[in-house]
Amino acid sequence: MKNILRLTLLAALVLSFAHVNAAETLNGAGATFPYPVYSAWAYDYNKITGVQINYQSIGSGGGVRQITERTIDFGASDDPSKPEQVQKDKLLQFPAVIGGVVPVVNLENTHPGQLKLDPESLCSIFLGEIKYWDDEKIKKMNPQSKLTHSEVTVVYRSDGSGTTAIFTNYLSAVCPAWKEKIGAGKAVKFPTGIGGKGNEGVANYVKRTANSIGYVEFAYAKQNKLTFTQLKNSAGNFVVPGFESFEDAAESGDFDPKKDFYLWLTNAPGKESWPIAGATFILLAKEKTDANKSVVKFFDWAFKNGDNKAKELVYVPLPKSLKDKVRAYWKEKGIF
Amino acid sequence: MRKNPADIIFSATTAIASLSVAVFVIGILYVLIMESSPAIGRFGIKFLISTDWDPVKESFGALTNIYGTIITTFLSLLIAIPVSIGIAIFVTEISPNFLKAPIGAAIELLAAIPSIIYGMWGLFTLSPIMSRHVEPFLKKITAGIPIVSILFQGTPMGIDILTASVILSIMIIPFTASISRDSFNLTPPIIKESAYAIGATKWEVVKNIVIPYSKIGVFGGIVLSLGRAIGETMAVAFVLGNNHRIATSLFDAAATITVTLANEFAEADNDIYLSSLFYLALVLFVMSFITLAVAKYFLIRAERKYSR
Repeated sequence: MKNILRLTLLAALVLSFAHVNAAETLNGAGATFPYPVYSAWAYDYNKITGVQINYQSIGSGGGVRQITERTIDFGASDDPSKPEQVQKDKLLQFPAVIGGVVPVVNLENTHPGQLKLDPESLCSIFLGEIKYWDDEKIKKMNPQSKLTHSEVTVVYRSDGSGTTAIFTNYLSAVCPAWKEKIGAGKAVKFPTGIGGKGNEGVANYVKRTANSIGYVEFAYAKQNKLTFTQLKNSAGNFVVPGFESFEDAAESGDFDPKKDFYLWLTNAPGKESWPIAGATFILLAKEKTDANKSVVKFFDWAFKNGDNKAKELVYVPLPKSLKDKVRAYWKEKGIF
Repeated sequence: MRKNPADIIFSATTAIASLSVAVFVIGILYVLIMESSPAIGRFGIKFLISTDWDPVKESFGALTNIYGTIITTFLSLLIAIPVSIGIAIFVTEISPNFLKAPIGAAIELLAAIPSIIYGMWGLFTLSPIMSRHVEPFLKKITAGIPIVSILFQGTPMGIDILTASVILSIMIIPFTASISRDSFNLTPPIIKESAYAIGATKWEVVKNIVIPYSKIGVFGGIVLSLGRAIGETMAVAFVLGNNHRIATSLFDAAATITVTLANEFAEADNDIYLSSLFYLALVLFVMSFITLAVAKYFLIRAERKYSR
């Protein structure tokens, strides 16, 4: 018995030393949206290189604050920091992966990708101006759908989130009334509806509430088999959300390394672009060259080997052209 | 008397341990005031009466949150008090002995369930039941009655003040019930037996002897559960709908102070937003402090009465 105890202690000791010696550890924190893909990449990367990457999904705001205070090696944020801000806080910023936000509805006899909406009607619904589903504006776009005179219930995110930031940024871009009355941000004052906590909260409310409409990350809509809608993009085409339309949005987006890639992918000009897409960003502390080199090495590895993993988890990898731009940006900053 | 050095060290350690509690309380209050000072400076006392909560326009007011906190707490007490007192009467006066222990254990288990579990259960189980059965029923029977029907207006979605209050009441029943039970047990048996001896029924004994004798203790228990209901976060966050509006119907979504803090703290990215959240926390601190002070006052009075 005693021997077993000694052996365990010894093993624990050896293991703890091994842990300390096990190469380097990189600490990151921020956005919740890319958390599944970052942790999947980190897991694979750790198996190959032994580098441990701890990513804590504390929210975009927290990620920006922590990297600004230099308590972590990299921060992650769904809402890009403006170039002036990046300069001021002595940071570096680049996109890592792309996702899309989709409107989801709970309507009888409607299958995913069937209902068509244009920016004006989507905006009016979320402003509370369209109160019933058989509104003329919606009916006109959907002659074959049987829309009944039932009251619309709007579901929004109650917690501050990048998802809301992307969605409200889109509404502000396409709808002057929204821009003037509500504005864009991670948390805004929604004029109507009920608030669910997290993507899963919104997904759950929409699933359960008849005649409701909400917005979630595409991955959640997929996993929960929610009825997403089509949207009319800025080229005037109705598009279905999916890898192709997200990728098209990413490719048509003009990411500028000189502006630290500051760009909202919403209302992208491409013909087949999904209008509510967004990149999620990584922030680095400019002066921490060594740590930055390790972080960049990880993302370079992920750009090369992580595309399938990302797609499996319903994220859209950056298009090749954008990856090259990001690598050039790293080189220019002397961290690659 | 000469003191043993070990004794001095022992006394000093315990004194430091208890003093640290006071230091923590003052420290927390200090941080809350410091962090909220920008918001106090900008919104002042108007913060307490403004219903605006608009992070984009950076205009903040606490009234919708205070209102949500008070209304859910009030409703949950309305449901919990009669049930708890019923439980306490049954356990102390009516129940056969072999049932007392299991019921007591069940109540204590209810108190041990983490609030996040109440939240999940509320969202996935209680809320559909409320929206499909309970709320349509309430709407039907109150339809046409003036004033009362206002309380049951709107689409019953199960994500509302009523569901949140029901969850809260289930959470505070153990507190109220066990304190009431303990208070009831303090009634001197000789008085009860005398009452039975002159032919009083169980109902008369409870109504005229047990309850008057222990009402102050029961009241203290109620205020303690009030404190718990005010501070409860996770259970409510899932089923309240988190809407910054003054709701008039029980089927409306609302927000409480704690829920707003939990929801918005992580993503509050500008200074005045963060500071307003701290201000909100300060308001909650003061509210809880007052509640507990009142509870303490009544409990002390009750103890004095019994010891006399």
